[in-house]
Amino acid sequence: MTTQHITVEVNGTSEDADVEPRLLLVHFLRDTLGLTGTHVGCDTSNCGACTIHVDGISAKSCTMLAVQADGRSIKTIEGMADGATLHPLQQAFWDQHGLQCGFCTPGMIMQAAWLLDQNPDPSEQEIRWGISGNLCRCTGYVNIVKAIEQAAAEMAAAAEVQTGAPVGAAS
Amino acid sequence: MASTFEAQAPTTTPEVGGMGHSRKRVEDARFIRGKGTYIEDINLPGQLWLDIVRSPYAHARIKGIDASEALKVPGVAAVVTGKDLEGYGLHWMPTLAGDKQAVLPVDTVLFQSQEVAAVVATSRYAAADGVAAVLVDYEPLPVIVDPYKALEPGAPVLREDREQKDNHIWHWESGDSSATDAALEGSALRVKEHIYLPRIHVASIETCGMVADWDAVNGHLTLHMTSQAPHVIRTVVAIIAGAAGLPIPEHKIRVKTHDIGGGFGGKVPAYPGYILAAAASFLTGKPVKWIEDRSENLQADSFARDYHIDAELGVSADGRITALKAKTIADHGAYDAQAAPLKFHAGLFNVITGSYDYPSAFVEVDGAYTNKAPGGVAYRCSFRVTEAVHAIERLVDIAAHERGEDPAEFRLRNFIPPEKFPYTSPTGWEYDSGDYGTALRKAMDLIGYDELRREQAAKRERGELMGIGICSFTEIVGAGPSPDFDIVGLKMNDGAELRVHPTGKALLRIGSQTQGQGHETTYAQIVAEELGIPASDVAVEYGDTDTAPYGLGTYGSRSTPVSGAATAMASRKVRDKARKLAAHLLEASEDDLEWTNGKFNVKGSPDRAVTIQDIAFAAYTNFPVGMEMGLEAVDYYDPPNFTYPFGSYICVVDIDKGTGQVKIRRFVAVDDCGNIINPMIVDGQIHGGLTMGLAPALYEEIPYDENGNNLAGTFMDYLLPTAVETPAWETGKTITPSPHHPLGAKGVGESATVGAPPAIANAVVDALWHLGVRHIDIPLTPQKVWAILHEKGVS
Repeated sequence: MTTQHITVEVNGTSEDADVEPRLLLVHFLRDTLGLTGTHVGCDTSNCGACTIHVDGISAKSCTMLAVQADGRSIKTIEGMADGATLHPLQQAFWDQHGLQCGFCTPGMIMQAAWLLDQNPDPSEQEIRWGISGNLCRCTGYVNIVKAIEQAAAEMAAAAEVQTGAPVGAAS
Repeated sequence: MASTFEAQAPTTTPEVGGMGHSRKRVEDARFIRGKGTYIEDINLPGQLWLDIVRSPYAHARIKGIDASEALKVPGVAAVVTGKDLEGYGLHWMPTLAGDKQAVLPVDTVLFQSQEVAAVVATSRYAAADGVAAVLVDYEPLPVIVDPYKALEPGAPVLREDREQKDNHIWHWESGDSSATDAALEGSALRVKEHIYLPRIHVASIETCGMVADWDAVNGHLTLHMTSQAPHVIRTVVAIIAGAAGLPIPEHKIRVKTHDIGGGFGGKVPAYPGYILAAAASFLTGKPVKWIEDRSENLQADSFARDYHIDAELGVSADGRITALKAKTIADHGAYDAQAAPLKFHAGLFNVITGSYDYPSAFVEVDGAYTNKAPGGVAYRCSFRVTEAVHAIERLVDIAAHERGEDPAEFRLRNFIPPEKFPYTSPTGWEYDSGDYGTALRKAMDLIGYDELRREQAAKRERGELMGIGICSFTEIVGAGPSPDFDIVGLKMNDGAELRVHPTGKALLRIGSQTQGQGHETTYAQIVAEELGIPASDVAVEYGDTDTAPYGLGTYGSRSTPVSGAATAMASRKVRDKARKLAAHLLEASEDDLEWTNGKFNVKGSPDRAVTIQDIAFAAYTNFPVGMEMGLEAVDYYDPPNFTYPFGSYICVVDIDKGTGQVKIRRFVAVDDCGNIINPMIVDGQIHGGLTMGLAPALYEEIPYDENGNNLAGTFMDYLLPTAVETPAWETGKTITPSPHHPLGAKGVGESATVGAPPAIANAVVDALWHLGVRHIDIPLTPQKVWAILHEKGVS
């Protein structure tokens, strides 16, 4: 069995491994590193349960090979909270009942984080299009949209505090 | 009578968090961090992976299986065929419907993607390599995908294993045939329609899977698996093992479910993959893991609907429904795999008489085998209620339109009036409570019905296509009373076991099984409601057959009606003992005590009181001589009747004349599920249910071509609604408590899946009625609607 050596930064930690060139990135994360928060829900890259960030960009990890992540920086759902402090999106999904079975949730949160990174103040329609690559079978998306709106507002308020701009000032 | 409040007023404080509080979910703490434990997250030391060789043909003779190349693949440990299993008597398994299904067929495959062989290897990749290397020699046979052709005399017999040499599975009927015929003949208007509910698939985002762990030393089999009914699986596995003479008795079988990534009925049955994983672990002595691919899931298991219904409704000259008649052909595919109560081949389909008051109905259903994957499983619905509601709500709408009458007016005239409850339907069901007019009027108010009708009339003048559709459904959920309802002989009751610890904290174990419904949150609220112990002090456990009390599981909206009732009754048994302890502590007679807000006090002396926490401590430290130590109870609840949730939904659609695309502009859902445990969770269930109603109404279908090829076997072709297709649902409630449920609750998980499709279909037909369109089968895809517009000369 041919293997290839890769070095990947995952949630801030450098990881080294010898992997088969055909190993999917999602299986590297789940089976090799034990980061089982990233899920697999389909085999056609439609469902988005496996969504992670690669060098800060949203990616479906079932559609990448582990060797393609060599030298890159990856963030998964396990890297979103800061110790006991939840990421505003995690808190908002909890507050707004934005999840039921929880299986799509990690991918949905990672995609929402990328969406807010690109567009900190999205409209409802922009949120709906922004998560349209992620399928949820339980919630009907109503409360997911509300959760992303809540997180967007909180993150905007926090950013204003950090930059010294007055909270609530018109943008 | 119904109240139009959004929820009943809570009787506990938010700190206690009993019924009516929108308590945040305790299970979310792990899910939002990616710390849930789903089946694919289970890995055991030394485990092997199992993958499955599947048939490309829908009907073929297996002439030979050559595993020699597969066995040369590095990592491949074994290849298992039907002939191998036959040696152990494990090549067949029973289905929950009383049929049997091949685990691996010995000689004939009956549907595309049927399991043909299993490969066991040291990794998932090696197992997949092994599957690709297994050579199977097939001789194709004639394929039947049309159930009408399957039932024709002389049709090739698909199930050669049966004594009965045709493709007819069973005949089932309900109601009074001659009274119905007479009533129809005397009716001023007779509305007939052929309605097809196509084959669809629940497609929970997590597929099915198992990690089977046979411990040969201790003779113990542990099955980690995706099951909505773990106790039933344990018993079925014990029966299969016993019949095969294997040394695996039921007390040495443990089923553990962990977190389940959605079920919707698809994870109720036993599938061949589970049996293969268990058998492979038994044969290899190692843990064996099987995780289904999405394409396998969409091609081989969990199918629902596939009902061909011919229905007729009679209406008198003054606009009153007189009778209903329905004849249905049910396509169950190659094996009858439905998970319905054993005596009810068509489930609860004879609730088809709906929300309306008339004396006569007759319903017939005939099951047929075809060369399609095993069918009839479920799609978020209580045993064929969706099919029934779709038929009656389409017919009622057609009848109103044919009379030139507003469909709301027609419904309001024909509803069972509130004073007639409990109401015995023409097919014999006793509807427990209802107030249908109040729900429909509330929906009409919320959406602004009259104004919408005015807008529609103006738009029609301009040639624009706008439609308004109503569905006023009645469900029947909470199976079921023990005299008639069982799954493979197991009565459909559920257990709850409540232990209150000395410090006043509690552990509740239940036999039902959450797949996202939030049982860890809501069941604690039931205990809080009944005992005053804060919900945050109650741990809820389920999904481990070694510790949970027996239960038939979660499907058919039966958790709250059965398991929730068991929890309330177990809590009340604890309260009965608590009263004795309180009498001892307060040195008073039990009859002199009253129960308020988690305390017993002496009547007239509110200060002479002991809290439930005081009582719990005394149960272990200071109980009277002669009383057993401890404060705990078990209850197995046998529901005296079903519950009958209902609601009225109104949908507004605009249709693009150029593309045929249906756009849902607004959708108002007014639901009545009786008393509400957690309003936030109820709304979440309705949002999700509406979206799983939207899905088959506009997008989802699993069609087969004439060769039996599944044409929607991946998410590229089977279209689940995304956030873009899903409208911003608007919800409202009325509250009509169930008179027989201890909490007055009814269950809500499937109401919206049942109610949404007819509302959408009725809206689309309403938009097109003036063009001469009276019915379109779902899904109402752009191409289907465009073809009709084209035929009618609209552009």
